[in-house]
Amino acid sequence: MRIFINGEQHDVAPRTLAQALEELGYGGKKIATALNGRFVAAAARPATALADGDRLEVVAPMQGG
Amino acid sequence: MSFYGVELSSRLLLGTARYPSPKILAEAIEASQAEVVTVSLRREAAAERGGQSFWSFIRGLGGRVLPNTAGCHTVAEAVTTAHMARELFDTPWIKLEVIRDDETLQPDVFGLVEAARVLSEEGFEVFPYTTEDLGVADRLVEAGCRVLVPWGAPIGSARGLNNLYGLRALRAHFPEIPLVVDAGLGVPSHAAAAMELGYDAVLLNTAVAEAGDPVAMARAFALAIEAGRTAFAARPLEPRDMAAPSTPVLGRAALGN
Repeated sequence: MRIFINGEQHDVAPRTLAQALEELGYGGKKIATALNGRFVAAAARPATALADGDRLEVVAPMQGG
Repeated sequence: MSFYGVELSSRLLLGTARYPSPKILAEAIEASQAEVVTVSLRREAAAERGGQSFWSFIRGLGGRVLPNTAGCHTVAEAVTTAHMARELFDTPWIKLEVIRDDETLQPDVFGLVEAARVLSEEGFEVFPYTTEDLGVADRLVEAGCRVLVPWGAPIGSARGLNNLYGLRALRAHFPEIPLVVDAGLGVPSHAAAAMELGYDAVLLNTAVAEAGDPVAMARAFALAIEAGRTAFAARPLEPRDMAAPSTPVLGRAALGN
């Protein structure tokens, strides 16, 4: 399955968002996610299925004004 | 002074971006005595560690964070960013920015009001980055905002208070709403001027972070904000066109011929 993570194309096998984040190496990191422009809470990731062509955004804290 | 029921003693809110080093940022926060710092969020690849180390840094400070939606141009982007920020930083506070113009970073006030309404209904406590426009401010309050954050001048421009009259009118129209001047300040006298108008607080970033000595500048701003607030409470004189002798004329010795 091909999805876009932060604008870059990735081939992933897993079926859920939680599995994909684990496989990609985000496990245990302080991140927040949005799928196709919509927020997905951490608690909802295990039940969120991924589909071919999905656009996933993964963000972390950073400095801001 | 309180924002959404949270009592604060410092009237300076400090941004965390653009400092020469994390050490200088930490020292500047300490020198400013700020109790609230602004933060943001950005894409992070799995192998990157920047976000995680910044998160540890912020946790170590122990103060409150005010996440922003910097860079958002649409209501949908701002709302999704606010949701991600609420989860990441564990706070209902959000400094809501919906930007329209890339040259001036002027807010899209129509999108701002809509996003403020959506987020307020969802339980967020919104700090809307807006202009000094009274009609827009009224709409933001109607939408549920209990703090207003008008600009002094375009973000990072160091121009000071571009529209003194407009900011004064905003203060007069919303005596009960905490007002925070954010953006465009360059030197401590700009911050003092905002406080002398009766503004509740000032939010700064670039003016401190990009000063030659950010730590000293943070301290200078803190002093100016305290001076301005004390002056406001002391009820300043109104300006007048003609001189008014300060030394009494009565009883002056007659020394002419």
